[in-house]
Amino acid sequence: MAIKLTVNNQPQELDVDPQMPLLWAIRDHLKLTGTKFGCGMALCGACTVHIDGQPTRSCVTPISAVAGKSVTTIEGLSTPAGKAVQTAWVGLDVPQCGYCQSGQIMSASALLAGNSKPTDADIDAAMSGNICRCATYARIRAAIHQAADSLPASQAKS
Amino acid sequence: MDLRNIEDSLAAWPPLARLGVTRRDFLRFTTIAGSGLTLGAIIPTAAAKSSALTVLGVEGRPGDYSTPFVRIDPDNTVTVICKHVEAGQGVWTGLPAVVAEELDASWDQMRAESSPAKVPTYGNFAFGPKGQVQGTGGSTSMANSWDQLRHAGAYARAMLVQAAANRWKVPASEITVSDGVVAHSSGKKATFGELAAAAGKLPLPAEVKLKDPAQFKLIGRQEKLPRLDSHSKSTGAQQFAIDVMLPDMMTAVVLRPPRFGAQVQSIDSAAAKAIPGVVDVVQIPRGVAVVARDTWAAKKGREALKVSWDESGAEKRGTDAIFKEYRQMSGGAGAVKVESRGDADAALKKAAKVVDVEFEFPYLAHAPMEPLTAVARLSADKCEVWAGCQFHTIDQANAAQAAGLKPDQVFINTLAAGGTFGRRATADSDYISEAVSIAKATGGKYPVKVIWTREDDITGGRYRPATYHHVTAGLSQDGKLIAVKQDVVNQSIMAGTPMAGMIKDGVDPTSVEGGTAEQYEVENAHVTWVQAKVGVPILWWRSVGHTHTGFVKEVLIDELAQAAGKDPVAFRLSLLDKNPRQAGVLRLVAQKAGWDKPFPNGQAGPNGGRRGRGIAIHESFNTVVAHVVEVTVNDGTIKVDRVVTAVDCGIAVTPDVVRAQMQSCIGYGLSAALYGKISLTEGRVDQTNFHQYRVLRLNEMPRSIEIHIVPSTNPPTGVGEPGTPPIAPAVANAVRAATGIKLHKLPFDLAAAKATKT
Repeated sequence: MAIKLTVNNQPQELDVDPQMPLLWAIRDHLKLTGTKFGCGMALCGACTVHIDGQPTRSCVTPISAVAGKSVTTIEGLSTPAGKAVQTAWVGLDVPQCGYCQSGQIMSASALLAGNSKPTDADIDAAMSGNICRCATYARIRAAIHQAADSLPASQAKS
Repeated sequence: MDLRNIEDSLAAWPPLARLGVTRRDFLRFTTIAGSGLTLGAIIPTAAAKSSALTVLGVEGRPGDYSTPFVRIDPDNTVTVICKHVEAGQGVWTGLPAVVAEELDASWDQMRAESSPAKVPTYGNFAFGPKGQVQGTGGSTSMANSWDQLRHAGAYARAMLVQAAANRWKVPASEITVSDGVVAHSSGKKATFGELAAAAGKLPLPAEVKLKDPAQFKLIGRQEKLPRLDSHSKSTGAQQFAIDVMLPDMMTAVVLRPPRFGAQVQSIDSAAAKAIPGVVDVVQIPRGVAVVARDTWAAKKGREALKVSWDESGAEKRGTDAIFKEYRQMSGGAGAVKVESRGDADAALKKAAKVVDVEFEFPYLAHAPMEPLTAVARLSADKCEVWAGCQFHTIDQANAAQAAGLKPDQVFINTLAAGGTFGRRATADSDYISEAVSIAKATGGKYPVKVIWTREDDITGGRYRPATYHHVTAGLSQDGKLIAVKQDVVNQSIMAGTPMAGMIKDGVDPTSVEGGTAEQYEVENAHVTWVQAKVGVPILWWRSVGHTHTGFVKEVLIDELAQAAGKDPVAFRLSLLDKNPRQAGVLRLVAQKAGWDKPFPNGQAGPNGGRRGRGIAIHESFNTVVAHVVEVTVNDGTIKVDRVVTAVDCGIAVTPDVVRAQMQSCIGYGLSAALYGKISLTEGRVDQTNFHQYRVLRLNEMPRSIEIHIVPSTNPPTGVGEPGTPPIAPAVANAVRAATGIKLHKLPFDLAAAKATKT
């Protein structure tokens, strides 16, 4: 039976194995490839998307658990926090290989949506689940602070 | 290691010899200009329609360019065709910067894309003067592109100027180019795009003059030249091999042997084929592939697949046994001489003090964030490959072998690689060969994408070789280093590959490069190497042999300084009289870090911790990097608080990329120092994913990193690797300064080291 959900504000119906992780449904079936596969065990954060605004590891989230929910991927990120994060990312040249950065940005924008002026400890807590093998961590931290500074506190929320 | 030998070694390798680069071809692409070799008829042309070039390969890339390095399109974009893979190290920014400088282009109009696989046009001169191998490695991308791309930019500029002169009927000498605008004093102006078509019809100028570096406006002049790939990598738009979606494409995962060297005995594919979405199960040389309509079905199919293995030829030792053997073999009957000068044994007998240390380094996985992935599409007379190729023409040759075609029937589409650190540069192109083998085994019915899971990546081999060092060093009465004996045991990366010709006098340079007696002055030295024979596949890992030799050298020298009662910086400087470059980097880092200034509160750190400062320096790939590290050791954990780095990489073309690479090398090296370890039990790899193969996370990255680039007028050298070797020894030296605990085994285990504290 097809599973109905909303992805980047578009209604979608997916007739796939209900156990299929959301990651593979959005990559292989919706062809939205900005969300990345890194570990398959929620250990690296490369697959992070927002489900009803909450940052979620799509590689361990069965598609059946997302029925009726609203999924946002990097391609659909349009909140003020999301845009501020992306602007800071480009401005500080955060990415190196870039593969993990969609997940980093989804985690960072979720952090800013709920906490418009995160401390370093807040950033540690929100971002330590996202691995970057290029170790762009120093710039990730700086970019989150810069995005927060660019964002009026009231606008951060989606 | 002198990488220039790679080419000669590979020339005899049958798959590559079939590429058939003739002398005539070589000359056609070659002009001698100035002091360097410039490849390619650099003819700007508008002929290439952007639509044909930017699509990720539904039709594949055109196999040829009339413009090997620079394309100027009517829309006024200048695209630099990069022969090196962008794996994060910044070639899509650094290489365009070199062209833009000589072209006097505006940075906004610059673009970058990957070249096809083609030699000698896109050969790497660091791998040999004939350019017969295209590949990215050894931190050579900038060094071997520098002269070539400066000429490419200068030729293109000269032809645009001539086109403008013809159009405006004025002497070329009266025309200026600045920030992407061609202008004449009469007020006439044109963009590159407006002139490109006319310029493309002109003959190549006989010669061009390169800029005096004093006139550079971009190279080394812009603290932060924006990366050309930041936007695509911040929006999810950047395509990696794993993102390639071709019509009718299937996805495959491969079941590989549970122990290295095991062979398929029998396959029961019934349960796998019963999984909805699974379309084929095929045996290939490297295992058994499950081919399905999507990744999930392929994974479920593999879980259901039953394969029995013939393990008679498999490696069944564990790493404990392997290290035990290494200790026994060290300096023994199988040892070959690496270096011998003076009389190390005699000098050690006379020494006032002797430091005798054993070091152990584990196997390490590269673990790039994008697991290995390749796409292959096969027809009767053509094979197309999409991958983050690091060894482009070797991949082409291997794909051809797997496909049963000639190399020139294989079209390589090199995508951005989601990290590599050496992993994608393999002599047998393992993951690419798999994709082509599956396409071949399934009769080319559909394009195939092979995806490695993280478990495949961590357990799949091709590790940094596990390595054992035994070092004995002696000091004279006045604290001078008089002798070093060093015995090294590890597997050879080159042996058994087409690059075995790199092994000279029985020594694989990648096993021993960067040794203590190589980089410090010492009168008496004796260095040996034993090539261990273990069935665990190994490979170069970001900075290769330097990952262990640099650690041994810098920890040893620090302990010698302590034994001699000398300051670690002063002691090193006393051994670098003939190496002003290393001495300069050492002085700079010491000065910037405040080496002579004690911590404000002494060594007491927060919560009862102990603070310490350590230093290390190392030269690799013609670049010198030194780090000063400050740590706090608390409750058995090491926290790196601050890193101050100095780097001499010749001209820093794009300083912000250099800084980014230093940060990256620091983080990568810290992962290995603090956590990195692949171990085997009875031949099976113990770690499977990031919970067991831990890597550095954001909260563990040093909060203060300062990077200082030595001003230089020398040609640029590389920065992708050389920051890695000195970070772990700097931390070890800082920990010893803080606690007295000596760390000789990686990854660091304070409790174990404390138990053996001397």
